[in-house]
Amino acid sequence: MISFVVNGKPRSVDVPDDTPLLWVLRDHLRLTGTKFGCGESLCGACTVHIDGKPAKACSVEVGRLGGKSVVTIEGIAGPVIDALRDAWAELDVPQCGYCHSGQLMRAASLLADNPRPSDADIDQAMNGNLCRCATYQRIRDGIHAAASRLAVRPGA
Amino acid sequence: MTDRHATDPRDPSRRAFIQAGAALGAGLTLGFHLTPTRAARLSIPTPAGEAFAPNAFIRVTPDGAVTVLVKHLEMGQGVYTGLPALVAEELEVDWKDIRVEAAPTDAKLYNNLLWGPMQGTGGSTAMANSYEQLRRAGATAREMLKEAAARAWQVDRAGLRAESGAVLDPATGRRLGYGRLAEAAALLEVPEHVPLKAAKDFKVIGKGFKRTDTRAKSDGSAQFGLDLHLDGMLTAVVARPPRFGDTLKAFNADRALAVPGVKAVFEIPAGVAVVAADTWSALKGRQALVIEWTPGPAAGLSSAAILASYRDLAKQPGAVARNDGDADRALATAARRIAAEFEVPYLAHAPMEPLNCVVHVREGGCDIWTGDQFQTMDQRNAAQVLGIAPEQVRIHTLYAGGSFGRRANLKSDYIVEGVHIARRMKVPVKTMWTREDDIHGGYYRPCYLHALEAGLDANGRPLGWKHRIVGQSIVAGTPFEAGMVKDGVDHTSVEGAANLPYAIPNLFVDLHSPRLPVPVLWWRAVGSTHTAFATEVFLDELAQAAGEDPVAFRRKLLKGHPRHLAVLDLAAEKAGWGTPLPQGWGRGVAVHESFNSYVAEVAEVSAKPDGTFKVERVVCAVDCGLAVTPDVVRAQMEGGIGFGLAAALHGAVTLEDGRAAQSNFDDYRVLRMKEMPRVEVHIVASEAPPTGVGEPGVPPIAPAVANALFAATGKRPRRLPLGTRLA
Ligand code: FES
Ligand code: FES
Repeated sequence: MISFVVNGKPRSVDVPDDTPLLWVLRDHLRLTGTKFGCGESLCGACTVHIDGKPAKACSVEVGRLGGKSVVTIEGIAGPVIDALRDAWAELDVPQCGYCHSGQLMRAASLLADNPRPSDADIDQAMNGNLCRCATYQRIRDGIHAAASRLAVRPGA
Repeated sequence: MTDRHATDPRDPSRRAFIQAGAALGAGLTLGFHLTPTRAARLSIPTPAGEAFAPNAFIRVTPDGAVTVLVKHLEMGQGVYTGLPALVAEELEVDWKDIRVEAAPTDAKLYNNLLWGPMQGTGGSTAMANSYEQLRRAGATAREMLKEAAARAWQVDRAGLRAESGAVLDPATGRRLGYGRLAEAAALLEVPEHVPLKAAKDFKVIGKGFKRTDTRAKSDGSAQFGLDLHLDGMLTAVVARPPRFGDTLKAFNADRALAVPGVKAVFEIPAGVAVVAADTWSALKGRQALVIEWTPGPAAGLSSAAILASYRDLAKQPGAVARNDGDADRALATAARRIAAEFEVPYLAHAPMEPLNCVVHVREGGCDIWTGDQFQTMDQRNAAQVLGIAPEQVRIHTLYAGGSFGRRANLKSDYIVEGVHIARRMKVPVKTMWTREDDIHGGYYRPCYLHALEAGLDANGRPLGWKHRIVGQSIVAGTPFEAGMVKDGVDHTSVEGAANLPYAIPNLFVDLHSPRLPVPVLWWRAVGSTHTAFATEVFLDELAQAAGEDPVAFRRKLLKGHPRHLAVLDLAAEKAGWGTPLPQGWGRGVAVHESFNSYVAEVAEVSAKPDGTFKVERVVCAVDCGLAVTPDVVRAQMEGGIGFGLAAALHGAVTLEDGRAAQSNFDDYRVLRMKEMPRVEVHIVASEAPPTGVGEPGVPPIAPAVANALFAATGKRPRRLPLGTRLA
């Protein structure tokens, strides 16, 4: 039995230690917002936050998560993700949408670390998140738009 | 907003209203053949009450919500936005009040009008199919709701107006919401003729409204096939043959069955299925299998050998696809002859969501949940496995995480294997593919060789053009062969080449379609993915030989093709064609029609002395007729350019000993954020009927980039992928 925190709630799962966090989230906790794209840490579709840092859930064994805190697209909250979601809606960023849980989780980490990223900063941070529909231009624009929204919000 | 798609995928059917006797004929008419004594009201029970269901596409519930049933698969191209917009326009409903649901499977009600009695999505047909059909559906509902109000008020319908989800009596100012009229409207006859709005009165079509699915795709709630979970469901993966055509000799399941969670291991036609309680157990079980395969016809087959054989074939005449004038004679008399060969590799579609389906086989039928692109074919193929009637197969279409053609498979490969597995297990089973399964799984865009030769007269005008294409036919051996192969020519192999728009008096195109044991399939923009590359790069070579500017050279040859010319001019103007660029930069252009839409793209590349280069900017002009959803058109061009650029730079499945040498995104590279150029899209204003946008953005990008590289470096790339560094 492995116990850790998911989206603020303590959870325990009885699975082999080598089970990737991705499948624990999707199959056992039914949090299917976190997506499977490659299983090899190559596409970023499975990006979640572990203790506040972005991580690829397909490549984290659940056995190493004891006591840690995981946040997924279903649980992330706060002004940064709100600003990103508003920007995503304003620019209609997603197409098929399959990659966008991961895109948003990664973008939220970027903005938390760097509130006014340049194009180059965005390219660097987001380069591990693939989008087969190639919505990259709108992702870039959406991150800039979210950054501007956050900048004008007092205390954000 | 998040519950805009309130579809409960577990609810197997909602088709009672069809029993009202509604049936859609072929063609663009929305005909309702009601018996004089109507058997039932035009209504259907829903959680929100009895809904007015005047036709197969619209439901109005007593709470006033309007739901549009979309028969096309939403795979990113925006059909859950553009198609409901057509209804909203005619029905006079505010955009925010529109709900969207996937239509059930029914080839009579929901057939693709451009394909005959088939329900399916592809060929960039969704808008062309729906423009008239859904506006008519909306207008019909509107007139019936007006009639219901007219009767309630005892006035003439002609004096009433529909507006923002209500019927209004301008004489008195009274109004009744659609929700309150729904029940009465459901008792009326369906009018045969209804007026459609004039384009000048459009309030939704062509205006700036938002996608209906963005919120659900930003908070994790959008349900893709892979996300579905049913009670008692098991998960399966399949060990498939290492090479195409290898057959199963023997397998030992002992170690697989010893993996905790693994429930069953058995042979199916596609290979060996491992069924488990969850994904990880299934994957571990598969890894533990011991399998022996008997080598099949693909043993020893390699891409290099295939291309070598294609080069030999290209020396012989093939099946003739076009023959204007006398190209041989023109070449013999030309002042100058230019010849070149072009090669493109096999490509995997690699949609972000790997293939999957959930299947539940029960007494008397079968339910399938997936991002389904070709319902009628899938229904038939599943029924054939089970020995039941196609109507007994119910397909529930969920969001697809991309497809690019992979899910429109005439053999329904990924569904048929799921049906085989679920039949044996009796409970719902999710059969899923890994990325490696996907890249190794075949159904590739075929590899092709193009051999071109042209002759110019003394003034640099092209006199003759010979184009020979060698590559597998996509439809050979499928039920589509009879309709799509004419005189030995598979239309999908030569589209974009046989209809070359340039005014060249002697023009000859022929084709070889060798058969190989490598499964192939349409891949976003199909034939144009390679014909545009060969023809538009070669045309640049002719311009170079003639000493002319590539845009000016094309303009002269496109006199009879105003729509090609207009996008070419627009793209060139917006790109600042002819204006200076920094040292080491180059501009290239390509123009191509596919799926009745016209696209020109100007690419700017920067090249460094070490041969590395970057695509910096792409300016795109598109004529897709009337742009119903301009922002979706822009998005599809941006995405099509990025998708096409991925293939131009990196995409290649290389066969070695009958199997793909690549297996995941590390070696089957796709475009990443850093490589995405700035894309500017300009839409030609048009009132022509709308045409497709999902595919036509793809073909011009590879030749535009190749031509830009030539402009920047003087090197002429003729083989894809280009890689990251010029040789
Ligand atoms: S699924 Fe984890 S990075 Fe691709
Ligand atoms: S939106 Fe389809 S993969 Fe990113």
